[in-house]
Amino acid sequence: MAQMTMIQAITDALRTEMGKDPNVLVFGEDVGVNGGVFRATEGLQKEFGEDRVFDTPLAESGIGGLAVGLALQGFRPVPEIQFFGFVFEVFDSIAGQLARMRYRSGGRYTSPVTIRSPFGGGVHTPDMHADSLEGLMAQTPGVKVVIPSTPYDAKGLLISSIRDNDTVVFLEHMKLYRSFRQEVPEGEYTIPLGKADVKREGTDLTIVTYGAMVHESLKAAEELEKEGYSVEVIDLRTVSPLDLETIIPSVEKTGRAIVVQEAQKQAGVAANVVAEINDRAILSLEAPVLRVAAPDTVFPFPQAETVWLPNYKDVIETAKKVLTY
Amino acid sequence: MWLEPNETIVNKVQVLDETGKLIGSHPDVNDDELLALYKWMVQARTFDQRALKLQRQGRIGTYAPMIGQEAAQVGSAFALKKQDWIYPSYREVGACLVHGVSMENFFLYTMGHIKGGTSAQGTNVFPVQIIIGAQCLHAVGSAWASKYKDESSVSVAYIGDGGTSQGDFHEALNFAGVYKLPTVFFVQNNQWAISVPRSKQTASATIAQKAAAYGITGIQVDGNDVLAVYSTMKEALRRAREGKPVLVEAVTYRQGPHTTADDPTKYRQNGELEQWLAKDPLKRMKAFLIERGIWNEELEQVEFETANDKVTKAFEIAASTPSSKTVEVFDFVYEQKPSQLAEQQNSIQVEGVVK
Ligand SMILES: Cc1ncc(C[n+]2csc(CCOP(=O)(O)OP(=O)(O)O)c2C)c(N)n1
Ligand SMILES: [Mg+2]
Repeated sequence: MAQMTMIQAITDALRTEMGKDPNVLVFGEDVGVNGGVFRATEGLQKEFGEDRVFDTPLAESGIGGLAVGLALQGFRPVPEIQFFGFVFEVFDSIAGQLARMRYRSGGRYTSPVTIRSPFGGGVHTPDMHADSLEGLMAQTPGVKVVIPSTPYDAKGLLISSIRDNDTVVFLEHMKLYRSFRQEVPEGEYTIPLGKADVKREGTDLTIVTYGAMVHESLKAAEELEKEGYSVEVIDLRTVSPLDLETIIPSVEKTGRAIVVQEAQKQAGVAANVVAEINDRAILSLEAPVLRVAAPDTVFPFPQAETVWLPNYKDVIETAKKVLTY
Repeated sequence: MWLEPNETIVNKVQVLDETGKLIGSHPDVNDDELLALYKWMVQARTFDQRALKLQRQGRIGTYAPMIGQEAAQVGSAFALKKQDWIYPSYREVGACLVHGVSMENFFLYTMGHIKGGTSAQGTNVFPVQIIIGAQCLHAVGSAWASKYKDESSVSVAYIGDGGTSQGDFHEALNFAGVYKLPTVFFVQNNQWAISVPRSKQTASATIAQKAAAYGITGIQVDGNDVLAVYSTMKEALRRAREGKPVLVEAVTYRQGPHTTADDPTKYRQNGELEQWLAKDPLKRMKAFLIERGIWNEELEQVEFETANDKVTKAFEIAASTPSSKTVEVFDFVYEQKPSQLAEQQNSIQVEGVVK
């Protein structure tokens, strides 16, 4: 087994699936010779040729529309949107077209497209590059939204996404791309979509989270442990559809829960998780379910970014409110 | 009759050759203007080189250098009237300086300061556009307003060769043509969109010829020839003011990386940079001015020193500006702050962290 960063694990997943399935195509802006602006597609054009790994003209709506047509004809497109902040340019292809293809064609056509895209704060990108927009996607029936938090998960989840017969938006947190390495098996393995991962077991509080916030939550859980609290941390991995089979029993066990997301607080994934817990486990709750999230402002310019983003201290503080309720 | 591809002949406008010799007639530019054009190019380059250095030292954030494109930017912006509007992309420092944006403003922007997005009142420059192509339609809307209000301002969208692949670019040309709006689309074809060469953006032989499909005027100009750019832009603006939109393609070259996060050695052809360095816009204009007897090495040195001092001062102002605080971000979401937002802002003010 090799030690890999998340970006290497992603490249490895793409290479593995391209080698296995000739219908897998990778395209987008700068994914060819350049290997992507983050090097996620490094070496793939050389290995699989320009017919299967290609640079498109600079047009996200073009990239999305191309994926729709290719999917209809039996391919498995894996387009890259250079930064997820530019998703608005391709929103119709995703939410208007791909998400509805199965429904509109009465099941005749499917849309096995995996849209990969970097997102997330904390790396001081220019304006409009870093937003956490998974909430917008999660509100779209027909689209699955996957967000890995580790190199191992990234590879297994990406392979599953590519093999999935529905559209998957696969979001890669920029801060996690190279922040740590992990053992990643060679060759193929899959991690089921829609299945959360219990990162750490505990009995006093459940933290439901995903993406970069998994690491802030784990750090918070360690600190809380020193103070005698036993905290369970659940990494959603797929934020839509939600893995209620993991979340609800955990909350029933601990009786207390908080939900942590990097995105702004209003609407969004965390609100949905809270609502599901209230719907299904209210009688088990010893305290209200609280959220840790970014404030409801526009994603700030780099100078204001660090304070704006939620961190483990915010998690600890909210956790304590719930633990001592 | 079949309209075959690329049959349109597009002749590139040139005033100076690569060595700075006049080809054709001398444009209608007096000596003061000649010197001003050159001095602006010196300022743009000096700013650009310093910004690159400051980024490498970690003192400013990601920066998109414009080295090599000074003639295109300065020549075009120098032709504007004060009331005209610039709708810039992220690589337009040269053009924006000429049109009145301060250097410290650009430094603040690259430092991630909240004030970096605004230019001073009275400077008709829209905030830097990150979404490729979007500014083209904004310029069209702005031009519509100016036509409606019967003002004589032209709205100029600055965009790159890659940007011409975006739907927004085509929609903008179409709208401008349909409504006969005072708009100029100024494309800097610097040969690359990050790692993707111009030849992979479009099958058209030129970008200028795309104008024909939208029933508007197109022209290609040597973008490293400041005199050609200036005179072409002057004429383009004259036409636009009469409600005849123009697409200008300035053929130039990005001598630097796409941004400070990019490594051009991954995709650039061997020898390509050297070829374009020989066509450098400053070198060419300098030779012309010396030949004309209004410039020499001594003046050159003084000019670069002056520009250097100006940049230093601007950076000092930017660096000593108190950094923006997260609490400020809350003030620019709505006119009236919703109570929930005010509550979140308070929690930051009181405790310093988000709750
Ligand atoms: C909608 C959108 N897609 C992609 C990007 C990422 N991006 C930034 S610059 C760039 C290339 C632009 O090339 P060009 O239009 O030729 O302008 P240049 O950078 O050469 O000045 C790309 C793909 C973006 N900022 N916005
Ligand atoms: Mg370009």
